[in-house]
Order: sequence, then structure tokens, then C-alpha cells
Amino acid sequence: MRSTFRPALIAGAFALAGALLTSASVMAQEKVLRIGMTAADIPRTHGQPDQGFEGNRFTGIPMYDALVHWDLSKADAASVIIPGLALSWAVDATDKTKWTFRLRPGVKFHDGSPFNAAAVVWNVQKVLDQNAAHFDQSQVGVTVSRMPNLASARAIDDMTVELTTRNPDSFLPINLTNLFMASPTHWQKLLGEVPASVTDPKARAAAAWTAFAANPSGTGPFRGVRLVPRERFEMVANKDYWDAARRPKVDRVVLLPLPEPNARTAALLSGQVDWIEAPAPDSVPQIRQRGFTMYTNAQPHVWPWQFSFREGSPWLDRRVRHAANLCINRAELKELLGGLMEIPQGTVPPGHPWWGNPSFQIKYDLPAARRLMQEAGFSAARPLSVKVLTSASGSGQMQPIVMNEWLQQALKECFFNVELEVAEWNAVFTNWREGAGHANARGANATNVTFAAMDPFFAMIRFVTRQTNPPASNNWGFFNSDEFDQLAATARSTFDDAGRDSALAALHKRIVEEAPFLWVAHDVGPRAMSPRVTGVVQPRSWFIDIAPMDIRPGS
Amino acid sequence: MLVYLGKRLVYTIPIVIGVSVVCFGLVHIAPGDPLVSVLPPDASEELKMQMMRAYGFDRPYYEQFLLWCWRALQGDLGVSIATGRSVASEVFRAVKNTLLLSFVATFIGFFFGLLFGFVAGYFRNSPIDKIASILSVIGVSVPHYWLGMVLVIIFSVQLNWLPPTGAGPGGSADWQPDWAHLRHLILPAITMSVIPMGIVARTIRALVADILSQDFVPALRAKGLSELGIFGHVVKNAAPTALAVMGLQLGYLLGGSILIETVFSWPGTGFLLNAAIFQRDLPLLQGTILVLALFFVLLNLIVDVIQTAIDPRIQRS
Repeated sequence: MRSTFRPALIAGAFALAGALLTSASVMAQEKVLRIGMTAADIPRTHGQPDQGFEGNRFTGIPMYDALVHWDLSKADAASVIIPGLALSWAVDATDKTKWTFRLRPGVKFHDGSPFNAAAVVWNVQKVLDQNAAHFDQSQVGVTVSRMPNLASARAIDDMTVELTTRNPDSFLPINLTNLFMASPTHWQKLLGEVPASVTDPKARAAAAWTAFAANPSGTGPFRGVRLVPRERFEMVANKDYWDAARRPKVDRVVLLPLPEPNARTAALLSGQVDWIEAPAPDSVPQIRQRGFTMYTNAQPHVWPWQFSFREGSPWLDRRVRHAANLCINRAELKELLGGLMEIPQGTVPPGHPWWGNPSFQIKYDLPAARRLMQEAGFSAARPLSVKVLTSASGSGQMQPIVMNEWLQQALKECFFNVELEVAEWNAVFTNWREGAGHANARGANATNVTFAAMDPFFAMIRFVTRQTNPPASNNWGFFNSDEFDQLAATARSTFDDAGRDSALAALHKRIVEEAPFLWVAHDVGPRAMSPRVTGVVQPRSWFIDIAPMDIRPGS
Repeated sequence: MLVYLGKRLVYTIPIVIGVSVVCFGLVHIAPGDPLVSVLPPDASEELKMQMMRAYGFDRPYYEQFLLWCWRALQGDLGVSIATGRSVASEVFRAVKNTLLLSFVATFIGFFFGLLFGFVAGYFRNSPIDKIASILSVIGVSVPHYWLGMVLVIIFSVQLNWLPPTGAGPGGSADWQPDWAHLRHLILPAITMSVIPMGIVARTIRALVADILSQDFVPALRAKGLSELGIFGHVVKNAAPTALAVMGLQLGYLLGGSILIETVFSWPGTGFLLNAAIFQRDLPLLQGTILVLALFFVLLNLIVDVIQTAIDPRIQRS
């Protein structure tokens, strides 16, 4: 008995040791990149993420493709649109509401089904066609608001699709970076798995989308494999990704929602994650000192005061607006923020296709600012009182109290008497659509709401046209003139890329010259990473491409 | 006893109704747009109205409230606006995690609270009393989120002994009572335990001191009862009050702590509430608050019943 038991025991021990070694070596070989996000939850994973641009960054772009992509491969140039799942596009020569998109052949969804024109039509219908079986109300808000003019889609052939807009709109290709392509075949399969006890078609569709979120299928460089709601989301590399340059180098990406800045920083410093978004500003020196790498770059983000042009506003005089823009030493503010801001010269920086070379230069020139204020009738003895509505915190607001108090001090040098009206972030945000003069503006003649400036409508047009006056959009201060209406209309109806950019540059030039904002800062999207993470390019964008990144084995 | 229990159950009905009204009212009074998580602020007014209709926010408040109550009575707390997932599943998953954390914190807090309280009360004005009292005052006074951050700095960032965030290496979905998961529990549980420890210790100390000063204690001694026997009488007399305090503390702990769970990214009800507040996810917020409030009502009911069973004077009063 002993003689048969002992060899079996030894063989078993070897087998177990072998298995353990094999699994340990597999685990050791797997390259895992762990990311601590600022979001309090995993952004939605069914193709149209929530949580603002952080959602697009982490569960949109890595798993899904759009017809049009942002070029995220350069750190030293503006991020512009490039072909994604569409090889090319053109507006109809006679009917400017119709666009033809030629699709990229040979692309497959993660479930193996082919990407084609029918898939594009299906993905347009998911947010625009309320009669479609797969229409999902929860995806509408975050998607349609970013492509407000798209009306419908029609397949011309298997690899060509026609998109129709409500009005002629040259911004459509830019808008389409927000429409991610989910797999219709996979959704249909999941719909079939919804229990028969669920009979309401809408409830069945909603259940299928919930299942899709847990088991997603796009065409992107990563494939979602595990969702633990509110805790973690895991994606693995799609080794068959159609773009060889973006085939992932890491095997697995783990996303962790860590909304508290100190918790994120601790997670990085203790080695629990390899990358955190927006570390606690006070911890940046420690992060650097412990060998982690800080990545920053100017984002298409504006931290402004948006002025009121309603009757009686102190900002009606252009000299006053220029004086405010010349009065503040932004380099000093940058130092105060530990270097985590970029000094703005307008809504977009010089070198950007929409820059336009304005004649008014935004810079620090205290004598010129004082002179302008004196010309406008103000002095130390007769200061100008202004009131600014701001928040104590909020998405993209950076450090609003510190920054506004600094502005309050700085503008005193130019005879401004600044009163800060601090309200809850959502209240300030809501008032952005209610406008100056509304009771919720609390008598303020400037508001401090930051914004993204990637898309021409959201960067410029919504702030300067009559059409976008509250409550339609965010022209909070009612900055209205025929000239700006015309400039915006021209930009929107110029369909060749160069012509459109030139029209937008003309608009930007005039915006800077008329200064409906006090431009204070651009955010720099700070993120801290382990030195083991390589191949990082931080573009001038809200987004970043994970696909080319690699991670060296840990110590 | 059954009559008492019946009465207490009847009393909970207006409390539950009140809680529902407050839950619903508070989240609607708060500023902000309930669709902020699914609708960017730059969305058109037309789209906003379409979404308001789709989510039923265009209906009068009383209609929304009655519909919500009707569904809640059927166990349907609605669907999270932000995630599309069922609120009930979200809340119960979080409750499970909070229960785990709060039971461990309760054990630590009550054990040390009772220990410090009885020792300090029994040896009043001795050095042991002074040390126990100082510890309990620190427990009550130290902001727990601050303590949490300090523990993280020491044990996670500097010493690298314990993880600073999360419920386990793979999240809470596959939680097991092994070291890989338990080590995630240690720092938040200690942080969470300090306040109940301090409160229980201070209450018990005062109570024990009061009981020891009563006439029956010298009488027991005169009858020749041992110190252990007298201690037994003290414990029995202190039990109803101690139970009430511990019940309340347990209720607070079971409700989760927004601050502690956020500091440690612990996926419990506090973390969930935090997310729901920041996303203005009204169904999730209402559902979570309602479940926690009902939990609290239930816990108070249980404590009342146990207290009455221990001390019949309460039933008579």
C-alpha cells in the first residue's frame, strides 16, 4: 500500500508544482496596466459612455471605433480629425445636408461579425430612431447632444453609407467622433437571451443593452471582459485590431474608479495602480520625488470668466474687457497652481488651425490695462465693481476658489472691485443655460464655467450667436451681433476642410478681439504614471491612446 | 409582549411614510439637473425636454412620488439614470459590502469600547481610567476621514503593508474570507470603529460609575458577594442602556460612511450615495436613502424589543 501511495503522492506533488509554476509564469507574463480614474463609477461600457470625456477616454476609444477619429499620436501639435472606420467622406455637391461615408473594409467586431454600412445605420438608429427595436433612451443624451444636426442614416451599399443632417452642417465629421460603433449582431444575440418572461419590447431592449454593457463588443483595440459595477472594468487586447499601429502592447487594462484625489494618489504611491488621472495637486512633488512620471499637455479646455452684455453690465465697454485680460499675470497663477495650467492666448492656442492671428494679444501688460481702465473712466478712487458667479468645485473647474481669489487680488491693481458669488456647482452649471439676468445668476455680470474646446460649436459658436442665447444654449451673457451670426453661419456652411478651418479662424480672431471672456487658463490634464509604463504620448486633447502603451515587468 | 410588539410595528408605519416623503422631497429640493449624468449641459432644450419626458420628470411631483411609492411597495426601486442598472441590485450589492465592513468595525469598536468603559468605570480616577478615558475621547474627537488618510499614509504609502483602496484584488464580486481580501478590510474597519468605540466607552464608564454609586452595591458587598458577582450585577444593570447606545451606533455604521468609504473606495452604501449625489442620480439616491432609513427603523425596532425583553419596566412604562 505504502509502495503505491508514495509514487502517486510524489507524482501528484510534481503535477501540482508544475501547474502552479505554469499558472504563475502565465500570470507573470501577462502585462496588466491598472488605471485609477477620477470617475465615481465605471463609465458606461455599451458604446456611448457617460462621465463626460473621461468616459470616452477609457471605455469609448479603447473598445470602440467611430467613423472619424481624433489623432492622438502627437504631443506637439493640435489633435485633428483623421479617418477611423470611414476611409473618406464628402458632402453632396447639390444637397449639403447629405454626406457620403466610404467605410473601411475587412473590419470585424469583437464577436467576429463584420462591420459594414448596415452596422452604421443600426448605430445611428440606436440614438435617433425611437421606433427602432434597439433604440436606447439612456444613450441619447450623451450622444445626440454632441451631434445635434444628424437626422438619419441610409446604407447605399455594403461599404457606403449616407448620413443626412437637419441643416447644412460642416461640423458633422467632427461630431461623429462621438458616435461609437457597437455590434448589432452581438446585441441581437443578447436580446435573444433575455428571459421570455420579459415581454415588453422596450424592457427587452433595455435588458439586452444592460447585458451588452457587461459583455460588450465593438471594433476597438481592446475588448471588455469583466465588469464589477462601481468597482472595476477589465479589458483585454484585441490582437486582431485592424490598425497595426494601434495593436495593444499590454495584455489587459484594469479600470478602477477612485474619485477621491488622495485615495488615487495613495493607490499610485502604494503600487496598487500604475496610472492615475488628476493626482492631488499637493502631492505632485512627492509623486515626482518617488520616481513617478507626471504627464501634462495643454488641453482644449478653457477656464474663463464669461461676461454679461445685458444692459447695465460693466463689461459692455470693450476697453474694460481688454483691461481685465491684460491685467492678470498668468505666469504667477501658473506658479501658484504648481505649474498645472497652460497660459491661454485665446480659446485655441497659436498654431491651431482655428487660431486666426487676432490683433488683440492676450498677455500681462499692467500699464496698458490701467490706461484702458482710466480711459473708460475708472481709477483707484473710482473702482469698477463687478460680480462673478462661481463654484467651490466642479468638473473641469480646477481650483476655482483659489483661482478666483487670486483674480480678485490681481484685478484690484487695475481698479476692479471683484465680488465673488460662490454657489453650488450644479446651480452655477444650470444657470449657464438660464443666462445673465436670471434670478439664479444672483446679480452676477460674469460667470465662471469651464468648457471643452474640441468641437467648433462647443468651443466658439454657442457663446456668440443669437441662436444660442439662453435657454437654447450657453451664450450666457447674450453676446449678440450680426457680424458674429454671419461668421458662425459661414463656418457652418463651408464644406471643404481648409475653407471651414479658415472660416473658424476668422471667427476665433474676432472673438479674441472682442473679448467676451476673460481667458484665465487652459487645463493640462495632469496624470501620473509608474516609470514602468512606456510609450506614453499625451496629446493636446481630452483623450489619450492606451493602445501604443506598454508596461515593463514590476520589481 | 406581543401587544407591545404590535404597537411598535404600528408606530413604524407613519415613520416609514415620513421617511419616504423626506427621501423624495430632499432629493428634489437639492439644486441641479436630475439628467446631468445622461445629458451634457450643452444639450439642446428640445433634447432636454425629450429626456425629461422619457424619464417622467415632466410629471407633477405628487404624481412622481405616488408612482415611486407604488413601485417601491412592489420591491421595484426603479432604474439608475446613470447606469441603467436596477437600483435594487445596486443598493443590495452595496449593502452587502457595507454590512461586511460595519460588522467588522462594530466588533472592533464594541469590544474596545466595552473594555475601556467597564475598566474605566470600575477603576474610576485610577491611571487605568485616565488612559481609557483619553483613548475614548480621542476616538470621539478625531475626524475619522482624517484618521483614515493618516492610516493610509503610514500603512499603505510609507510601509506598503496594506492596500489603500478597494474591497479586494478582483473587487467585491468574488469576495472570500482570505488574506488577499481581508487585508483590504483592515484600514477602513479600524477607521470606522473609532467613533463607536469612543462613544460606547464614555457611555459605559459613566453608567458603571453611576451604578457603582447606588445603594444596592454596598448592600451586596455587605452580604458577602464577591467582586465578580457584583460586576455581574453592574453588567446586568448597564445592559439596557449599553444595548440602546450600541444599537444606535450599529445603525449609524450599517448606514455606511460616505467619507470613509470614499477615502478607501470601499464599494458600500456610502460610496454609492456619494456617486448618486454627484451624478444627481435621483432614483438611485432615493432608493439608497429609503433602504438605509428603513434599515435604521428596523434596527431601532429590534433594539427596542430586546431592551423590553431584558428590562420589563420599559414595557410597563
